[in-house]
Amino acid sequence: MCSGRVDLAFVLRAFSNGLDGVFIGACHLNECNYITHGNYHAQNMVLLCKRLLEYIGINPERLRMRYMSGAESNLFVEHINSFTKKIRELGPLGKAEGIDEAKMKTSLAEVTRLIPYIKVAMNEKLGKRLENPEEYENYFTREEIERLFKELPSYWIDPTKCQACMTCARRCPVEAIDSKKNMVHIINQDKCIKCGTCLEACPPRFGAVTKIVGQQVPPPVPEDQRTIVRKGKEKEVA
Amino acid sequence: MCKNKAIDFTQKPQKMNIKVGAIILSPGFEPFDPRVMKEYHYREFKNVVTSMDYERLLCSTGPYQGEILRASDKKHPHNIAWVQCVGSRQVIEGGNSYCSAVCCTYTQKQVILTKDHDADARCTIFHNDIRSYGKDFERYFQRTEALPGIRFFRSYVSIVKEDPVTKNVTIRYSTPDEGVKEEEFDMVVLSIGMNPPVDVQDIVKKFGIELNDHNFCKLNPTNPMETNVPGIFVSGALQGPIDIPESVFSASGAGSQVGELLKYRRGNLAKERIYPPEMDVSQEEPKVGVFVCHCGANIGRVVNVPETVEYCKTLPNVVYAQEQLFSCATNAAKEITDMIKEKGLNRVVVAACSPRTLEPLFRDTLREAGLNQYYYEMANIREHNSWVHSKEKEEATIKAHDLIRMSVARACKLEPLQEFELSVDKRCLIVGGGVAGMTCALSIANQGHEVFIIEKEKELGGNARKVYRTLQGLDVQAYLKELIGKVNKHPLIHIYTEATITEATGYIGNFVTKIKSNRGDVEIKHGATVIAIGADIYKPTEYLYGEDERVVTNLELVEKIVKEDEKVMNAQSIVMIQCVGCRNEDRNYCSRICCSGSIKNALMLKEKNPEADVYILFRDVRTYGFNEDYYREAASKDVRFIRYEPEDKPTVEPGEAEDGRPVLKVTATDYILNKKLELDADIVSLAAAIIPSESTKEIANQFKVVLSLDGFFKEAHVKLRPVEFATDGVFLCGLAHYPKFMQETINQSYGAAGRVLTLLSNDVVTASGSVCVVEEKRCMGCGACVAVCTYGALELRETRLGKKAVVNPVLCKGDGLCNSKCPTGAIKLKHYTDDELIAQVDAAIPEEEIMKQIDAVAQNA
Repeated sequence: MCSGRVDLAFVLRAFSNGLDGVFIGACHLNECNYITHGNYHAQNMVLLCKRLLEYIGINPERLRMRYMSGAESNLFVEHINSFTKKIRELGPLGKAEGIDEAKMKTSLAEVTRLIPYIKVAMNEKLGKRLENPEEYENYFTREEIERLFKELPSYWIDPTKCQACMTCARRCPVEAIDSKKNMVHIINQDKCIKCGTCLEACPPRFGAVTKIVGQQVPPPVPEDQRTIVRKGKEKEVA
Repeated sequence: MCKNKAIDFTQKPQKMNIKVGAIILSPGFEPFDPRVMKEYHYREFKNVVTSMDYERLLCSTGPYQGEILRASDKKHPHNIAWVQCVGSRQVIEGGNSYCSAVCCTYTQKQVILTKDHDADARCTIFHNDIRSYGKDFERYFQRTEALPGIRFFRSYVSIVKEDPVTKNVTIRYSTPDEGVKEEEFDMVVLSIGMNPPVDVQDIVKKFGIELNDHNFCKLNPTNPMETNVPGIFVSGALQGPIDIPESVFSASGAGSQVGELLKYRRGNLAKERIYPPEMDVSQEEPKVGVFVCHCGANIGRVVNVPETVEYCKTLPNVVYAQEQLFSCATNAAKEITDMIKEKGLNRVVVAACSPRTLEPLFRDTLREAGLNQYYYEMANIREHNSWVHSKEKEEATIKAHDLIRMSVARACKLEPLQEFELSVDKRCLIVGGGVAGMTCALSIANQGHEVFIIEKEKELGGNARKVYRTLQGLDVQAYLKELIGKVNKHPLIHIYTEATITEATGYIGNFVTKIKSNRGDVEIKHGATVIAIGADIYKPTEYLYGEDERVVTNLELVEKIVKEDEKVMNAQSIVMIQCVGCRNEDRNYCSRICCSGSIKNALMLKEKNPEADVYILFRDVRTYGFNEDYYREAASKDVRFIRYEPEDKPTVEPGEAEDGRPVLKVTATDYILNKKLELDADIVSLAAAIIPSESTKEIANQFKVVLSLDGFFKEAHVKLRPVEFATDGVFLCGLAHYPKFMQETINQSYGAAGRVLTLLSNDVVTASGSVCVVEEKRCMGCGACVAVCTYGALELRETRLGKKAVVNPVLCKGDGLCNSKCPTGAIKLKHYTDDELIAQVDAAIPEEEIMKQIDAVAQNA
């Protein structure tokens, strides 16, 4: 396991549990013993996470990453002492920031729920190697994070277009689509991770999956009205 | 003392007859005893200690449990002096004329550790030359020098007196600016060198080996592990004063040579381990057993172990907990196995030291009890706790609770994993046909394995083709001819010259390398790879090199000397400049062999043209080990050594001598006379740096191995695994690793062969069970995982349900980058899954605390 294995979810989890600070120690950049260089990835995750924390009102200085080798115990001690000192100065999580504890927990839970979406949206940037520390500060910007949440999409299946082919449901990685034969498919918005796989999967000739940004998702069709009336069959009835 | 009563006082010496086919002598060295020289006042002044004594002071199992205290008053010394070259580089009665090769750097280590103990400590090092010739040593020296409160003085010293009351020690030394000074220190450390083993004469008598003038083993220059007695080999410091990596080279290399002799008996004494069948406990509730280790006093002195055991018993799913004096002892391991059976444990947590060393042992313990070895988890309460919090005992005990609670939480989530076996192709590929590659090839082939050597040039030989003799007088060309002959004639060695690698794929035991060569395009399958591509020589841009033909490199000069070039034979004055192209900002390392190289040239010049004046302009003369003798010889033959500082480099420009002949005017500052010198030189010879071979980067990419900061290949561990890469199945030797003498290259090449054999002598290798796996249903085919895998272990495959990621577990190295990139959690790194790690994160806060927080939230709401 490499420092690059440290998941955004782990850090958010620690804060959700009420920890006041999270420290990530990694090897020095460019000194990977293998060819992995995962510390660059961890670095990007930390930069992103700091912006996310900031977005929900948590002081980003509560998260710190430092580099050291296994032979630099002195450096490790220095870093830990300086970090714990910093955290003591900052005071308890939430209180020091002046945000309501319940609200903070909800915000953390919401960001955690959106991790899949964030990972998809930021995938390319998370994998880059930042060679110059001067790039760190503005690698992820406040505006970018605000946009990320403002443009938060929802996926919705248009009941008038859905032909109940089950393609989207089979492809959904989290089984968030309620699908039955001859019944209009419904996306469970609570389960949906906003990855957009359904949009891609829906056969173009139907085009039933829609990406909705900045608007409420229409309520699901009541269960007794989900039976699909196919065009061919309509004629027969007529 | 021994609580287990393991010492049997009734034991008597026994004589045993053991029949063996070969013998390796590795008796090590004897630390120099400064009592033979009264002027050091060792054992007379209380606060004069040797570096070996000081090493014990630094150690947590030492006399004061790792605290540095003075023997006189048990107080911390704050002002410590180190005296270098004690018993080394001395031609006086009782001293050794050679350089002990390791003291400069171990002193720097002691200084760094002293500063770790006491950040305000003042450390003063009285030294001669600083011999930072090893890999990364130069940076280490700079790191030491940059610490606050550290002074390096280039001066001989005398230990003058001990204060009768304070027991402080006064040292007298000289400074260039202020003359002779005296200073008082709280403690003085004598950096003692290496003597031959005390019983070396006894060894000679018993084994019939010959010794050199210094009473170390007399070495065969073309095979420094061989003695004059067939079947008897040497390794380690019996070869002479050497550092750890060189000791490991020769240990592994001697092993390989024994393998050549005894290959027909390989494996005869090996016994296969038989484990009981594995129980399926995957459906059971977790039943965790916790074993808390005292590690003698290492943990128990700080952490309250009995109380911690009681705490463990309160943790969810823990059904059993006990303490152990040493969990790694055989009886303790047996205890764990017994308890697994007796209490029906299905998860085991050992709270002890770092998993790095002992995890394999404890995993084995689980297998002995019929449990899957991946049901094991380790809490490090020594390195991460008792060693760092020795003064905060209560807090350390709480921290031990925290660490164990987290480990127990993870242990509950662990899943049984299967390791898998890979077949091993018994052939070896060697990249590079120089002395390193050929030596390694012969030793491997002599043990019955087919070897492919690929060489980029038309002929074998590499850099050695340009070397005529060694400092010790070996005729390199004759040796090389013989070596090439042996390689050519060996039925198991296949040689490809003018070869380039077009593609390298595969993994340990099963590599496939495609090459273009004099014998056409070939695809080679092999189980092991040795990288022995050598190095290049720096082409100087300084000191008029390339502009004035009188400026040459050392290698060019040696050719002129051997060929008795007219200009060299008639030269009145020759100036050599050291450290050209290294020990600078561009190349922050020492090329290791150039000091000895220049001295070799100087001595050859003095033989052929005794009238010529020879000057060597140096920064530090780094003739470590026995080469010190040649330094002394050169000085005695009037070779003039003039030291220069990097910020005041010599200059070279054309001019005219007093007699009117055209010369090169070399100017430098003489620090002894403290004035500018102007030397007239007919020839200026530059000690050009050894630099990484041009193809290093490409080869590194092809075989997925790494380079160190200086651009040479980076071994798995600088001291303990110096001939192998972190990448399994790939090995390293020769100049590709770092500049070194031919004798050291030969040691290392046999060493690499020894490591190759430990792989090729197996039919299968076992790969870790901790690899990635894809849950296809959850995979959305985004390819984020494929993009981050540097090992090519992942690919997207088209399926009926779109693209899906597929893992090749053989290539997976278990770094887990893919796991943290995957948006849907479809890919997981087994043994480090989200579930397991989140359980650990959750357990970081004690449950009471979580409950308190919940209560607080409820009250607020």
